[in-house]
Amino acid sequence: MIIEGNVHRFVPNDDINTDYIISGRYKFKIDDMKELAKHVMEDISPGFASKVREGDVIVAGRNFGCGSSREQAPRALKAAGVGAVVAKSYARIFYRSAFNVGLPLLECETDWVKDGAALRIDLATGTVTDVSSGKSVLATPIPRTMQILLADGGLIPHIKKHDGFALE
Amino acid sequence: MGKTITEKILSSHSGSDACAGSIVVASVDYCMSQDGTSTMMIRELESLGFAGPKTSKGMAMVIDHNSPCPSVDVAKIHAAMRKFAGSRSIPLFDVGEGVCHQVIPESGKVAPGDIVVGADSHTCTYGALNACATGLGSADVAAAAFTGKLWFKVPGSIEIVVDGTLAKRVSAKDLALHSTATLTADGATYKSIEYSGQAIRSMDMDGRFTIANMAVEAGAKFCPFICDEKTREWLSRRGVTGYKPVVADGDASFEKSYDFDAGALVPKVAKPHAVDNVCDASSLKGVRIQQAFLGTCTNGRLGDLSAAATLLRGRHVKSGVRLIVAPASRAILAEAMDSGVVSILLKAGATIVAPGCGPCVGTHAGIPSDGENVISTANRNFKGRMGNNREVKIYLASPETVAASALAGEIMDPREVA
Repeated sequence: MIIEGNVHRFVPNDDINTDYIISGRYKFKIDDMKELAKHVMEDISPGFASKVREGDVIVAGRNFGCGSSREQAPRALKAAGVGAVVAKSYARIFYRSAFNVGLPLLECETDWVKDGAALRIDLATGTVTDVSSGKSVLATPIPRTMQILLADGGLIPHIKKHDGFALE
Repeated sequence: MGKTITEKILSSHSGSDACAGSIVVASVDYCMSQDGTSTMMIRELESLGFAGPKTSKGMAMVIDHNSPCPSVDVAKIHAAMRKFAGSRSIPLFDVGEGVCHQVIPESGKVAPGDIVVGADSHTCTYGALNACATGLGSADVAAAAFTGKLWFKVPGSIEIVVDGTLAKRVSAKDLALHSTATLTADGATYKSIEYSGQAIRSMDMDGRFTIANMAVEAGAKFCPFICDEKTREWLSRRGVTGYKPVVADGDASFEKSYDFDAGALVPKVAKPHAVDNVCDASSLKGVRIQQAFLGTCTNGRLGDLSAAATLLRGRHVKSGVRLIVAPASRAILAEAMDSGVVSILLKAGATIVAPGCGPCVGTHAGIPSDGENVISTANRNFKGRMGNNREVKIYLASPETVAASALAGEIMDPREVA
């Protein structure tokens, strides 16, 4: 699967927590992911939701998605149109939940990726390419467990399809 | 090769030789969700045609994040939870029962050797009871409830040996903040932390819950403690028997090992806006505070309220400071009433709110205003954490430091209070 879109970077670069991705004040108020998507990242990047286009890619540093376990974080990003996240590392719960809801995450060095760049990601090989400069980096391969979940459309569809877990 | 507590629990639940790095499908003993995460879990479970949990000890839902309900929107969430729980005979801890991470252990559903998952990141708190417990997203918890199983990557373990004795007015929270600062906010991501040493053996259960609770602030997945006489006594008072404690092998393999000297530890504070941004409380003298918060799944237990009351007895908080107290459970509030702690807190000027999460996550019960400083016993100080207020600064500290600061009107090392 190929994902193509423009890059969005934020300040801070490291430790972007789930409160920043979608504030706790909305998660109790808004149940519809499309509505929630209008508020993604607004605490650190007001206006992000109106700028982001289908397939765009969030690029960050270390420990993306740390903090609260709220699954609204990956869901709202996906609903906002984010095609993938590329970061140096992820917090554990966010990592699981993103694949559980069908949002692909790639792990690689990211300092070379500029805000606004056009990025092309090949999920099968893990290749992340800056289309304008042609520079390419190979991300850590997506573990097989996660690839199975992504292919099935997420965790719950996986369980429905196989009547339980079929990850081996 | 010897095994860690974590590897042993995952081995026994997966019927396999679980070693760090491998992926196993393990049986789950108990699962939970709260009012911030239940909606999505309910939706997933309904789509699966869920009739009841397949986990060995069942599941529970807890209304604690907005409790009592502060708005019409949240009232709909609470009503949906009550309806779903009622239709499937799932125990629901309703308004006023307390924080999920206190009421679930209190209910006797967590025993040594168990695997527990919860749709709340601080589920790792139950590690204090020699269990593997972790926070997950709603879909994961739905999958665990529906199948009774879940996949886990077996985490490598970090050993933290704490010897020596904590000084007066230095507590488990200071140790937890020191650990977070040492490990950093992602230093234990995908890892299990196993504490040991003299200071841990002599620590009461309230302190162990505090430390296990904070493990996720360094990214950790599990934080199983030893099971000893203190654990057994705590469990027996809640009717938990018939379990088998899990002990790490002497030659268990740890990825990293730290040695802390409890005697050298001083009161600590995590400065805004990161939990690993830790310094000595004494270095922040002069930082004025407008709100002090005592409570949460980190520090809302009887030992915490009592420790604060020791400093507040016969005194009154500084004019201009709002001291808000949220006991972690109804049982704790009742005990604090009986022991006179509540009376001391009230006379010192505290506002006691309902057992539950209180203002920790910015939904109700004490939302601070932009430009204000808050000193809190909670576990997170992210920007905007306590509401729609990006210009609030949250400082995290122990109950002793929060009490001392409330008295002084500025951040204060509790050892300076006579």
